[in-house]
Amino acid sequence: MAREQHDYDDIPGTFVFDAERSREGFGINMFCMSLMKDENRKAFKANEAEYLKKFNLTPEQTDAVLKRDYNRMLELGGNIYFTAKLGATDGHSFQHLAAVMTGNTQDAYAKMMLGGGRNIEGNRSRTGKNAPSKFLSASSGRKSAAKPKTKSKSKAKSKSAKRK
Amino acid sequence: MARIIAGIGSSHVPAIGAALDNNRTEEPYWKRVFSGFEKSQAWMRETRPDVAIVVYNDHASAFSVEIIPTFALGCAAEFPPADEGWGPRPVPVVKGHPALASHIAQSVILDEFDLTICNKMEVDHGMTVPMNLLFGKIAKDGHWPCPVIPLAVNVVMYPPPTGHRCYMLGKAIKKAVESYPDDLRVVIFGTGGLSHQISGPRAGLINSKWDKAFLDNLSKDPQKLVKIPHVDYMREAGAEGIEMVMWLIMRGALGDNVREVYRFYTVPASNTAVGHIILEPSGAARKAAAHKPAGKAKRSGGKFKRAAARAKVQRVRS
Repeated sequence: MAREQHDYDDIPGTFVFDAERSREGFGINMFCMSLMKDENRKAFKANEAEYLKKFNLTPEQTDAVLKRDYNRMLELGGNIYFTAKLGATDGHSFQHLAAVMTGNTQDAYAKMMLGGGRNIEGNRSRTGKNAPSKFLSASSGRKSAAKPKTKSKSKAKSKSAKRK
Repeated sequence: MARIIAGIGSSHVPAIGAALDNNRTEEPYWKRVFSGFEKSQAWMRETRPDVAIVVYNDHASAFSVEIIPTFALGCAAEFPPADEGWGPRPVPVVKGHPALASHIAQSVILDEFDLTICNKMEVDHGMTVPMNLLFGKIAKDGHWPCPVIPLAVNVVMYPPPTGHRCYMLGKAIKKAVESYPDDLRVVIFGTGGLSHQISGPRAGLINSKWDKAFLDNLSKDPQKLVKIPHVDYMREAGAEGIEMVMWLIMRGALGDNVREVYRFYTVPASNTAVGHIILEPSGAARKAAAHKPAGKAKRSGGKFKRAAARAKVQRVRS
């Protein structure tokens, strides 16, 4: 059955871990969870393909795990907090995984983060919905932290009235 | 009666905990982050709450994909730090407040919020990192300064509870706390965020404009925040930025009007924009919340007066 379409599928470079992926990826995530135990990490490292058989993965999921294709794991139902445990088992830092998923070197990824991270502009939508969310528009002048707001029913006015 | 006297918003980036545990807080990269919490720690020492409620999410530590509760309230007497793959964090076991926790559970469930009750639960960095940021570093054999009630929220599997649902739960928690007979001064933490995406080809996303609007609106226009749909959080603040809904439980628990006491924002810590805010109820709500029972009057005269502390507080911008 084809995957149901959702509004968030329009977000580029993102695999939302929804209920459908949670169901499909149960085996991947339970496998990753098993890596919390040292004896399981050793058993996995000794024979990866054999170890994976315990978790009823699909051939595609098995392939993605064996190839350490992290984006494909997410697409097939893995969740990042779980797949990060596989990365840790391989001795990689999280930043290494992030760099791999973004197709960067770790160095380039680290530099991007220090420079303020990936810019939102141009990264909102696959289909051109690149206008900022309307919920951003309230970022007007800052009110003083020291002055308490006393009017209890000023919410409707607050957007414009508080602007200096 | 018990009262909620303040709300604290704080990121819970795991790397902050690792920097603290490995004594790297003086490195310039980390000093930039930790220095933003120095005034908050002074504020916390002065405030000395009797209980803290910490709203956070578990990261594949206590809950895997076998059971995914939307809201899970910790009613146990203690919560051991979870082993997240590198051994448990070297922090004290978190002592709970089972009497207040079960009172809250009973009250909010009858208010139609169907909580999961956890009488045994380990807690991960999602909870202990913000506690360190506000309470400071505490040795493993030491004690956290007050009992803590964990409230774990599912923000890992989509859909998390809506912002509106979170806000309303916060209101129900306020009502529950205020119906507790003992005079307890309670603070509530909302943790997680701010903008970050750690998964997929768009990982590394940061949206400071979004974050600042969110922080502004916690006091200016929380009703606007309550209406933000999940897709907007994920699009604008990153797939994992949806954690920000947890701050709305904290906000809902403070009543209609709040005063911003302190704010800090810096980019990045690891892959994440670090956001922090301290809010206190204002107006009539504030007077009620600030009321201190006679037996605890000494608390108002610490090393420095609260007003003085506020005057010293500065906003730090990145």
